[in-house]
Amino acid sequence: MTGFLQRLGATTLGVTERIGRAHLFLLHVLAGFPGLLPRFGLVMKQIYASGVLSLLIIAVSGLFVGMVLALQGYNTLVDFGATESLGVVVSLSLVRELGPVVAALLFAGRAGSALTAEIGLMKATEQLSAMEMMAVNPLHRVVAPRLLGGIIAMPLLAAIFSAVGILGGHFVAVGLLGVDEGAFWSQMQAKVDLYEDIANGVIKSMVFGLVVTWIAVFEGYDAVPTSEGVSRATTRTVVHASLAVLGLDFVLTALMFGDE
Amino acid sequence: MRIRGLRYARGEQVIFDGIDMDIPRGRLTAIMGPSGTGKTTLLRLIGGQLRPDAGSVEVAGQNVARLRSKALYRLRQRMGMLFQNGALLTDLSVFENVAFPLREHTRLPERMIRDLVLMKLHAVGLRGARDLMPAQLSGGMARRVALARAIALDPEMVLFDEPFTGQDPISLGVLVSLLRRLTDALGLTSVLVSHDVQESLSIADYVYVISEGQVVERGTPASLRQSTSPWVQQFLQGQSDGPVPFHYPAPDYRADLLAEGS
Ligand SMILES: Nc1ncnc2c1ncn2[C@@H]1O[C@H](COP(=O)(O)OP(=O)(O)O)[C@@H](O)[C@H]1O
Ligand SMILES: [Mg+2]
Repeated sequence: MTGFLQRLGATTLGVTERIGRAHLFLLHVLAGFPGLLPRFGLVMKQIYASGVLSLLIIAVSGLFVGMVLALQGYNTLVDFGATESLGVVVSLSLVRELGPVVAALLFAGRAGSALTAEIGLMKATEQLSAMEMMAVNPLHRVVAPRLLGGIIAMPLLAAIFSAVGILGGHFVAVGLLGVDEGAFWSQMQAKVDLYEDIANGVIKSMVFGLVVTWIAVFEGYDAVPTSEGVSRATTRTVVHASLAVLGLDFVLTALMFGDE
Repeated sequence: MRIRGLRYARGEQVIFDGIDMDIPRGRLTAIMGPSGTGKTTLLRLIGGQLRPDAGSVEVAGQNVARLRSKALYRLRQRMGMLFQNGALLTDLSVFENVAFPLREHTRLPERMIRDLVLMKLHAVGLRGARDLMPAQLSGGMARRVALARAIALDPEMVLFDEPFTGQDPISLGVLVSLLRRLTDALGLTSVLVSHDVQESLSIADYVYVISEGQVVERGTPASLRQSTSPWVQQFLQGQSDGPVPFHYPAPDYRADLLAEGS
């Protein structure tokens, strides 16, 4: 029994300590953001690495998710004779919810794991140490551009996810199920609100971009500098980032849409 | 550089137990010792990446462990370090690796950076390898690129961690004389960590031999060769038999082999 309590205490302390360290780490990295302005090329490179290279998986997933949404929505709406609202159903689901969330989950798997592995290996091969000895702070030179790149790339990816998803939904609804094209678009236009829906979706995905990339770079920076340590850190990134996205999504949704 | 009463332990393992050293300006000081005695650790203590448990490391009159990070970074700009395995940045080419400190710390025009980088690469014989990526280099070549990078900013002090490892006889000869020439021509304060006895003795002005947390011998290369300490003689001549154990501390060999596997 005491053994169990001891282990519980040790684990709690360990976790608390790590969370504290992650926050200090974030503060140090954020302090490097102003220095990135004159050398925005560093950030562009990271937007390319984590954003552009994730485009394919984001677009393909978006397409299928949109098509499935249209099929499912049609089956429900057809009983009420409300199939013209299909455009609204598809676009609201995507813009408010599935775009930010699914894109963030894919981003964690595709770009987050790559970031952790890259930084972890840089640590294991003493590249970060070498930078410190060259009087270059790796938190500013290596980590900060990656974090900012993630925060910028994530909303763009989520927007692309939603846009492609709506096209997929349109293809199924209008092309396959015979929903009226004019109704599909005009209802969407009338019901989707720029601030209420789109802006909130963008805020969500910026938060997800920050959290996923933060977890990814912290796990890499904090990894045990061996092959095994890096591989464990990579797994942790995907698991923790996915859980964080889903948990935060509930909190954000409650805050944004809870009082309707 | 001045080291006084330095003590450093990793967990239970005491790596330094009260070391005093003076590393004079503009000279080449060699630190020798068996592998695993903490030579790399010593360089990290000098560079401020590790903090001593007791005692002090002073570089250019400043206590490294006491410096705040701004001041420490300023000090490091005056210091070059060659890592044991090179530690090149793997996503940059050889050229960009050597240019890295120049781009980070100076606002030199591109033309000038190019000239400086090519000069440093030429000095280590790798001007033609400028477009290769670090993964395409052998261990010895990577170490030479790292050397070029360590001197890119024309530092006042350079710490060399085993630069001779993995070099063929020709590059070895060139490197040995390069270290000497750099020290003399630029007035560099060089710290050379190595266990290549003959090479180190041939160029060093002063030598420290460390083992088991202590400085066991110090002096000019000539006085070291004359040393009567059996320890030093064994180390210099590379005999396996003598006061220096070849084995990492371990239980009795026979008992170990006969012990039941657990
Ligand atoms: N990261 C580390 N964690 C634990 N022990 C270490 C670590 N790095 C080095 N050591 C130990 O410190 C001692 C000195 O290592 P090092 O300075 O690399 O020796 P040298 O460069 O003289 O060969 C070794 O016994 C090694 O086992
Ligand atoms: Mg070493």
